[in-house]
Amino acid sequence: MGVEKGLQVPKVVIREDECKGCGLCIQACPENVLFVQKHFNRMGYHPAGYQGEGCIGCGFCFYQCPEPGAITVYKKGYVGEEVEA
Amino acid sequence: MAEKVLRKAESFYPLYERKGGAAPDVTHYCPGCGHGVLHKLIAEAIDDFGIRERTILISPVGCSVFAYYYFRVGNIQAPHGRAPAVATGIKRVYPESIVISYQGDGDLAAIGGNNILQAANRGEKISVFFVNNAIYGMTGGQMAPTTLIGQKTTTSPLGRRASNEGYPMRMSELIATLEAPIYVERVALTDAKNTTKVRRAVRKALKNQIENKGFSFVEVLSICPSGWKMEPTQAKEWLTQEMMRIFPLGVYKDRSDEIEEAGVQPTVFSAQDLQDSLNLPETDSASAKREPKTGVPEKYRNPRLKIAGFGGQGVLILGVGIAQAGMDDGYHVSWLPSYGPEMRGGTANCSVNLSSRIIGSPLVTQPTVLVAMNLPSLEKFEKDVAPGGLILTDSSLVDRAPSRTDIEHLGVPATKLADELGNTRVANLVMLGAYIAYTGVLDKDVVHSSLPRFIKRKALIDLNKQAIQKGMEFVSHQVKA
Repeated sequence: MGVEKGLQVPKVVIREDECKGCGLCIQACPENVLFVQKHFNRMGYHPAGYQGEGCIGCGFCFYQCPEPGAITVYKKGYVGEEVEA
Repeated sequence: MAEKVLRKAESFYPLYERKGGAAPDVTHYCPGCGHGVLHKLIAEAIDDFGIRERTILISPVGCSVFAYYYFRVGNIQAPHGRAPAVATGIKRVYPESIVISYQGDGDLAAIGGNNILQAANRGEKISVFFVNNAIYGMTGGQMAPTTLIGQKTTTSPLGRRASNEGYPMRMSELIATLEAPIYVERVALTDAKNTTKVRRAVRKALKNQIENKGFSFVEVLSICPSGWKMEPTQAKEWLTQEMMRIFPLGVYKDRSDEIEEAGVQPTVFSAQDLQDSLNLPETDSASAKREPKTGVPEKYRNPRLKIAGFGGQGVLILGVGIAQAGMDDGYHVSWLPSYGPEMRGGTANCSVNLSSRIIGSPLVTQPTVLVAMNLPSLEKFEKDVAPGGLILTDSSLVDRAPSRTDIEHLGVPATKLADELGNTRVANLVMLGAYIAYTGVLDKDVVHSSLPRFIKRKALIDLNKQAIQKGMEFVSHQVKA
């Protein structure tokens, strides 16, 4: 299927198991839509999470995050493979 | 139009198989570490410029020593501080490649201080990314040349003092004074605004190289939360307030626009060029076949030997002797000693190849002949011997036969026979005599004439000849018996 018409609402996806809980994405987010989760991931860190709405697709979190694969940001107008849940 | 998604770059491996372990999908870096962010910016730029296939990244010593775990480009890991020298070599041999020297402050400013200055001064057409976090991170937070005055580290527990340890070194300023570099900038991985500048600087340094312009140097101030003993967010504050005061951001030199984009002439290597430049005779050396001693039984021909024993038993000299005599007889030969902690009290060993064909690798992982001068050597290497191979043991010291049944074994009481000659230290040459007599790989005459080349003390030549004789006689008695 995929996203064909262009994504209307930007979205940030965090792979919790790759997150080391440094908190830099949370600090960088201008909309304050990221937060520290209560549970531990497989490495024993409290991973960052997304509230589920409010992302503006600025990518600040992506460029603050030291883990290459932990954050993906889909901007408005994105066309391509289906956006992860 | 840029893609509307920010995701893991193609220039990273999808899974870090070289890293392995329990979590091969995440880096080894600490939470918040700046290396990861700079890695991302470099990988993204490599993707966008479409240069992945021709990029070679030099990993330094330091936390980023494992950069080759992550970057899906050509990788070489250089000795401490030597990344610019390695980069120079690669760039000059392959001018069409994009060579990145990735270094930390301990690597670049301390042990490799002169390396970077010389490479910069020569104007090597490489891109250097210098991660400055004012500390030695990997080794546990010691003082670096870039450590700030008053900054506490494990080696400056009361804080760095100028009177004792000097001042923080400003590498960008230093390099900008040189004539050759075309682009020098200091940037910082702090907030979104400054990170955008890092991204731009990374791209500029790579673009300069793609356009074959000259030496580019980007100093990236970066946090080390573990080394600084701070939370990542707190570390960003410290970087902004303290480090940026001592290391001001900015462009220290930029001649990028003055220099015209130049094409690259790829170096083409031909065998003829090499032959001409080295003034070599007209032979096709790669297929050169030598003709050593004939009539050697098939199974002993072109042996791959592993010779092992205690340090002091002369196992390395025995290997040199076999290689030397082999060379004098017309074989292609190699000799590779194994040094290391095992030299003290453990086993010393060497690998020797004798071959009528050119030798590809000096390593011997599956020997056809194992010479075990003591029990630990037999235990260590027996399993590696090729099926049908020959194991020679010093039966005066090794009180058991090999446990394998698919090999040939000859026990030679080398130490005992040497002792009879009045010097246990020639046990190695007794073994040499036994080896050549048993296999016929080399003639006694050849070994005799080679002796002065590997036995330095002339007074010992005769004794060594006697030792060889002892070994040969032992074998002939064995065979008769």
